[in-house]
Amino acid sequence: MEWETVIGLEVHAQLQTTSKIFSGAATRYGSEPNTQACAVDLALPGVLPVMNREAARMAVKFGLAIGARINQRSVFARKNYFYPDLPKGYQISQFELPVVGLGQLTIEVNGEEKVIGITRAHLEEDAGKSLHEDFHGMSGIDLNRAGTPLLEIVSEPDMRSPEEAVAYLKKLHELVRYLEICDGNMQEGSFRCDANVSVRPKGQKEFGTRAELKNINSFRFVEKAINYEIERQIDVIEGGGKVVQETRLYDSAKDVTRSMRSKEEANDYRYFPDPDLPPLVLDDAFVEETRATLPELPDAKRERFQKEYELSHYDAGVLTATREMADFFESVVKHAGGGAKVAANWVMGDFSAFLNKDGVEIANAPINAEMLAGLIKRLQDNTISGKIAKEVFEAMWAGEGDADTVIEKRGLKQITDSGAIETVIDQILADNPDQVQQYRDGKEKVFGFFVGQAMKATQGKANPAQLNELLKEKLKG
Amino acid sequence: MYRKTVAELASALATKAVSSTELTQLYLDRISAHQELNAFITVDADNALAAAKVADTRLAKGDAGALTGVPMAHKDIFCTDGVLTTCGSRMLSEFVSPYNATVVEKLHDAGMVMLGKTNMDEFAMGSSNETSFFGPVKNPWDTTLVPGGSSGGSAAAVAARLTPMATGTDTGGSIRQPAALCGITGLKPSYGRVSRFGMIAFASSLDQAGPMTQTAEDAALLLNAMAGFDSRDSTSAQEEVPDFSSQLGHDIKGLKIGLPKEFFGEGLSADVDKAIQAALDEYKKLGAEVVEVSLPNSSLAIPCYYVLAPAEASSNLSRYDGVRYGYRASEYTDLVEMYERTRAEGFGAEVKRRIMIGTYALSAGYYDAYYLKAQQLRRLIAEDFKRAFEQCDVIMGPTAPSTAFALGDKSEDPVAMYLNDIYTISVNLAGLPGMSVPAGFDGNGRPIGLQLIGQYFDEARLLQLAHQYQQVTDWHQQLPEEVA
Repeated sequence: MEWETVIGLEVHAQLQTTSKIFSGAATRYGSEPNTQACAVDLALPGVLPVMNREAARMAVKFGLAIGARINQRSVFARKNYFYPDLPKGYQISQFELPVVGLGQLTIEVNGEEKVIGITRAHLEEDAGKSLHEDFHGMSGIDLNRAGTPLLEIVSEPDMRSPEEAVAYLKKLHELVRYLEICDGNMQEGSFRCDANVSVRPKGQKEFGTRAELKNINSFRFVEKAINYEIERQIDVIEGGGKVVQETRLYDSAKDVTRSMRSKEEANDYRYFPDPDLPPLVLDDAFVEETRATLPELPDAKRERFQKEYELSHYDAGVLTATREMADFFESVVKHAGGGAKVAANWVMGDFSAFLNKDGVEIANAPINAEMLAGLIKRLQDNTISGKIAKEVFEAMWAGEGDADTVIEKRGLKQITDSGAIETVIDQILADNPDQVQQYRDGKEKVFGFFVGQAMKATQGKANPAQLNELLKEKLKG
Repeated sequence: MYRKTVAELASALATKAVSSTELTQLYLDRISAHQELNAFITVDADNALAAAKVADTRLAKGDAGALTGVPMAHKDIFCTDGVLTTCGSRMLSEFVSPYNATVVEKLHDAGMVMLGKTNMDEFAMGSSNETSFFGPVKNPWDTTLVPGGSSGGSAAAVAARLTPMATGTDTGGSIRQPAALCGITGLKPSYGRVSRFGMIAFASSLDQAGPMTQTAEDAALLLNAMAGFDSRDSTSAQEEVPDFSSQLGHDIKGLKIGLPKEFFGEGLSADVDKAIQAALDEYKKLGAEVVEVSLPNSSLAIPCYYVLAPAEASSNLSRYDGVRYGYRASEYTDLVEMYERTRAEGFGAEVKRRIMIGTYALSAGYYDAYYLKAQQLRRLIAEDFKRAFEQCDVIMGPTAPSTAFALGDKSEDPVAMYLNDIYTISVNLAGLPGMSVPAGFDGNGRPIGLQLIGQYFDEARLLQLAHQYQQVTDWHQQLPEEVA
């Protein structure tokens, strides 16, 4: 039988506000345990939540970016359950009335575009963390993360393959970073994903029974976990069994998913509107003010790059993968006064390679946009050749100064004086009469030998085009 | 001196007739002389005397406000920095708060001297003060009787003049009912008038703090200091705070008093009924007009309340899990057992009953039938009041259906206990201000309270009406013989 997979994703994006969603405590990552938990985060008797409007602004930004309806009145609800890292015994979330309604995101898989529906996005607070190591059979609780604002983004069950799921997740990841509402750091847990996966015989309308996969916190694991789960479910059904609705945990070390709890064991969260918080009301002015702060979004930027800089679909895609990369590229072009294609190659090529090699961010790279533009200018005005440019780039990366300084200091200026090049050629031809004869007898491969000798003699500084031309002329005799 | 009101003490302090230190010592002595009332959970003599000294310095420098140096007590539901804050529960029996409630901060900033923390029903759940982990409070008028609840310690302490005033909280009548049963004046302001920050939550959408005093004049003075928007409480009202004292002296000629016919039916004791009629006669003499109004959904108030309040409470009390602070069971083998034992041992029977009711009402499959239905009823009850206020300026009636009952009388019958709040609960459901003022005694010498209900944020009107009544009656000046 042929099977079809149905996937829906729930993504928790940590909003990068400076303080928590319902308290004034800071949200910095990696601080000493419990140093960023105030009375409200600790759920001391008598404390009350106060909504951080900045979190609402970020949620609205996201809603506008996916073309969603913004609910001008949304309601906070309590999700009740007991857990040691949930200090109040309930999580403040949104249930019936979320801040962001139906929207959509367009993904591209194998050159085909597909629209994925986003059911809703709602605001909620994060829980703390339970620490099980170093406590000798006991558990430690760190409440630094408790109360950090999250935007839970729930997709429609619109994806039909792990590739689509990953494409959607990457697209979402790119978007929240463009919007500067989430740092997207999956390792630190600021961008987390749960996947609802089911299979059904191809052509069947009804959905199969789904399993919810948790703990899949990298793009690679999303693909692997879903793949494993699809096979498992098909095996169950083909073996005559039934898939049960349950929550499963992905174990990346063993590359399997394991049952956590079934539907019967699931909590009854007893949601009800939080009486401590009035409904979140966002008026037109607030929404419009927020709309005005929206940056150019990835899709629009990609299209513009293709038109404005005459870049390929692929190049535009690579350069707009992050806002930092796109901004950097545009800044290089601006400073170089043109040369978009050359700039694109440098940014995507050596520059990206060096960033990766040294594990640095664009903002902290030793070469800034102006410096790279300086290099490109010297390439364009033939001061240096492409080969020399690589050397200059490396020297700049090592901190030897801008392109002109490196060229000057190292004496890398290209030789474009025909007379000087001719002198070099004459000397080489005179020193190698045998090779000259071979060439003249029709063995044209020897041409490369003369180029090599000339470059060696000029330490690579001879203008290659000129050298080729003059060499050909002289060899004709 | 101990018979004086807050207003009188403030003026005695201002004229240096007495020092704050002397007053504080006087009340501390009275508290220790009347320990049998069990009105206090914590007496904080050292801090009180230190605060009195500071107040005396301010008074000497002429840098004092209207309340500087006047002693007071807080219901033990308010968080007090560095002082035990138990909420009447074993769960918090050793909890020392690291911060002050807004109400505590405001009265402290006004220069008042806190004598200690008063006893109360556990987590404010009760109408007799018998659910306190620290034992029941006795009614100063007759120590075999309950003082009412849940602010029973505050009511008894003011009635016995162990403090000139005390704070209370009122979720379904917890200021007004004990005020009535102990013969003092109690005001529950409109929902949102006084900050709830630092006031341990019972039912968040109903809880409201207010003053418990000897007179309406004092209540106005105290409300002036307690009221106001608080950015730390999202439900506190951005409503202008008037000078609640300024309207006290205005006459009440022509004001219309609405009598809800539903408040005078079955279940109301004859003595209470008689006292209320007599009070209304006084009002007529003062020039007010009495009209009959109707609150047709009154009978639904108790069932509505006993779904909503426990629902909110079941969630509010989830934080008492033994993990971070408060009581934790000493023996358990795993996390779930730690939770179970901690909460089984840390909460009393009434609290557990309400957590069970509330959890049930919010459960999947029951939510619509209970919680949602109750929310609809709540709106109907609020609309009843709205319609009634089209015909009158204030609504009056009994605070409680009967006078104080004997300790142990109703503690085994929760429903009989709940019925004690039949006239007060609808006011919380609507979020309106309500007040109880002493209006006589029954045949056994037990105090009777007259309830006044006002429109939203119209506390000034209630205080004016209460004050005018207290100008022509002396019920509020009566003192139990035992403590006189």
